[in-house]
Amino acid sequence: MTLLKEFTKGFIKENPVFVMALGLCPTLAVTSSVVNAIGMGLAATFVLVFSNIFISLIKDFIPSKIRIPAYIVVIASFVTIVDMVMNAYLPAIHKSLGLFIPLIVVNCIILGRAEAFASKNNVFRSILDGLGMGLGFTLALVVIGGIREILGAGQFLGYNLFPETFQPMLVAILAPGAFIVMGLLMGLMNLKKKK
Amino acid sequence: MEFVGKILFMAVMAIFVQNFVLMRFLGLCPYIGVSKKLDSALGMGMAVIFVMTMASTFTWLIHTYLLVPLHIEFLQTIAFILTIASLVQLVEMVIQKTAPALYKSLGVFLPLITTNCAVLGVAILNIQSEYNFIFAILNGLFAGIGFTLVLILMAGIRERLERAELPISMKGMPISMIVAGSMALAFLGFSGLKF
Repeated sequence: MTLLKEFTKGFIKENPVFVMALGLCPTLAVTSSVVNAIGMGLAATFVLVFSNIFISLIKDFIPSKIRIPAYIVVIASFVTIVDMVMNAYLPAIHKSLGLFIPLIVVNCIILGRAEAFASKNNVFRSILDGLGMGLGFTLALVVIGGIREILGAGQFLGYNLFPETFQPMLVAILAPGAFIVMGLLMGLMNLKKKK
Repeated sequence: MEFVGKILFMAVMAIFVQNFVLMRFLGLCPYIGVSKKLDSALGMGMAVIFVMTMASTFTWLIHTYLLVPLHIEFLQTIAFILTIASLVQLVEMVIQKTAPALYKSLGVFLPLITTNCAVLGVAILNIQSEYNFIFAILNGLFAGIGFTLVLILMAGIRERLERAELPISMKGMPISMIVAGSMALAFLGFSGLKF
């Protein structure tokens, strides 16, 4: 596979959220606004890229029986770094993402890429893969977050889109809206795939 | 009396008002993945209740008697995920030796629980909410019961959906998401409860 394809496969063709249905918890939990979606997406991308680099560097030294715990320790270390950096420099986003930053550890996308890709490929390819998958994840979050913010608050990135008489569908930014928007988007992806 | 009241309040909060799956978006992967059949949903639910209670107990002890005295609270994420992973492994071995019948019905689900974010989530929430030892254990137990409740409800609905006439692109994941959305809408009604 060419390097460019390695990078872009995560955007649409193997999109971790829509196609592989991985990492659903953060996807639904943080997409009540676009800002949160971008924050979460970039935090996960950072962890994904660095854990991919590190794991592809040490893949030859880890006995295969304990590889999963070893990967989890690597991932948890980078998550701790992201957690502390965001707490120091982006306290507002850190607060609204809250619990879901430490929970990046158990995001199946990251462990999935470590097991399926970084443990078999060299460092450069692993960087491209991590970056592509991370951006694909961010893209999915922004799409869902955009739909929910526009419908539920009548805003995009905090700017009002509609005249004041617009009545926002509050349910879209509450919990049920997340499930329903996600379900409809998955249905659309299936429809497109079939054609 | 006040103690009992507090416990009851906590149970209603954890099971209904702040349901882990539908309101906090924790543990969605097993919720969607293992809810196709009623009996496997029951098995998964029981395993999750057990592991969540145990995890709440041990992570609380580790946080209070190891991380705080040594001033290494920043290692929380790594310490907790390792605790949960080894706990799950230990539980698996103990059940396999002492109750082979139970192991047969739970066995497949146990390894999956390590990456269930509801378990790590409840451990972190216990610390963030500054619960004491008893309340931390009970919170784990009630959160597990809440998870099992919606898992079983979902499995019941999905067994019937199998025979429903749906557009092909909505079958499987997409319709499950929309059903989950409707359930979340119903659970939203509990947030009006006043004590």
